[in-house]
Amino acid sequence: MFDLHGYGPTIADGAWLTLEVALVSVLISIVLGMAGALARLSKSPVARGIATTYTTLIRGVPDLVLMLLLFFGGQLFLNWIGDLLELEEQIDLSPFTAGVLTIGFIFGAYMAETFRGAMMAVPRGQLEAGHAYGMSGLQVFVRIMLPQMIRYALPGFGNNWLVLLKTTALVSVIGLNDMVNKARFGANATKEPFTFYLVVCLGYLVFTTVSLLLLRWAERRYSLGYERGGR
Amino acid sequence: MTPPALEVRDLHKTFADLEVLKGVSLTANTGDVISILGSSGSGKSTFLRCINLLETPTEGSIIVKGETLRLKRDASGNLSPEDAAQVQRIRAKLAMVFQGFNLWSHMTVLENLIEAPVHVLKVPRAEAIERAEALLHKVGMYERRSYYPMHISGGQQQRAAIARALAMQPDAILFDEPTSALDPELVGEVLKVMRVLAEEGSTMIVVTHEMGFAREVSSRVVFLHQGRVEEEGPPAEVFNNPRSERFRQFLSGKLKG
Repeated sequence: MFDLHGYGPTIADGAWLTLEVALVSVLISIVLGMAGALARLSKSPVARGIATTYTTLIRGVPDLVLMLLLFFGGQLFLNWIGDLLELEEQIDLSPFTAGVLTIGFIFGAYMAETFRGAMMAVPRGQLEAGHAYGMSGLQVFVRIMLPQMIRYALPGFGNNWLVLLKTTALVSVIGLNDMVNKARFGANATKEPFTFYLVVCLGYLVFTTVSLLLLRWAERRYSLGYERGGR
Repeated sequence: MTPPALEVRDLHKTFADLEVLKGVSLTANTGDVISILGSSGSGKSTFLRCINLLETPTEGSIIVKGETLRLKRDASGNLSPEDAAQVQRIRAKLAMVFQGFNLWSHMTVLENLIEAPVHVLKVPRAEAIERAEALLHKVGMYERRSYYPMHISGGQQQRAAIARALAMQPDAILFDEPTSALDPELVGEVLKVMRVLAEEGSTMIVVTHEMGFAREVSSRVVFLHQGRVEEEGPPAEVFNNPRSERFRQFLSGKLKG
């Protein structure tokens, strides 16, 4: 269909890297998002303050700026720490680590808001019944809050995931050989940018389409018991 | 002598500046059915919610089957539980039936019944299922065991919620206005189940507006007014010969309404 002049396999490698960056980043963002949501809903004013600052700051700055800041600034910071601890070797921040940390950190803020809304949507009585029947706080969270909030969180989570997937294209600017970077090599060498970037488009479309199918399945799975009109 | 199933001594509860309970005591022996009456704002639901610590009392003690709930006073003078594990253990002995049913909506009726026995009481799953099915037969919900709560009527949900309480084999069951959220035509089926439990000797503390239930089923009636026990005694006595003027007014209001 497309003549990639032998660049096909290397673009496929890039696509794999894109997927890896996206999956590791989304895991980080889920952990940060959950912590952020719990902190924002907690009784401690300090935890609430930190979480609010995090979500407000991150959501107010462009992703690209944050990525450059964290990649270059983060390396300076690590060097400074290394000097301070008088380490022999320099701690290197690899582009992959910098990339997934930045994307995870950015999307953690969006996830925190999504999860917070989902937690607030779970009726109080559901949790109260758990406590009244002798469950520990952790049991109430894992057995009642979590399965019920997933249903409310999925639509927002799905949006965040799709945007995150596409944001991974930014890692090419810090030198990571993802799908976009690989295509650029091919495009520059062959002078056929249209072909190469079209292939990248299709690559992203495959990822997002599969994501949408999985999300739709998950939404059905977590709607059990909430459908209208009987079983 | 066996200790009472539940004993509450001199319970006080203050929300901000509002003293909702001003020293309420109650003793329930095994098999007692105690109806707690009172107009809205009398503190009756708060009292019930203090018993299993869904609200923390400001003052007072709670003793379940001879075990005193240990409360400590923090720097600002508020009480809080000393030992979270003890609170969980005592809550597991006091099952609760809520006004809004509060069946866990992501679980089927049967799953609701085995959830706390399996995960709190550590009953083997097969045994919990067997017991749950017997209880569902008893409340007439066996055929609906694999339905989700949102797919059955309020009366059915409340009967399932009562079975969930029984599945804990509790020392006492706390009922928080169990029929107040139901359509009038569904109240009867729930009261019928509660009547059966009372006859079988369950210990029940029932906050209710159902005068018929209080009069015919309970062994004792407690009338709360402005956070105090205003009238207390066997139903035959308090209904036919109320000593308190407030309770008399409350009764005539109920009969008219």
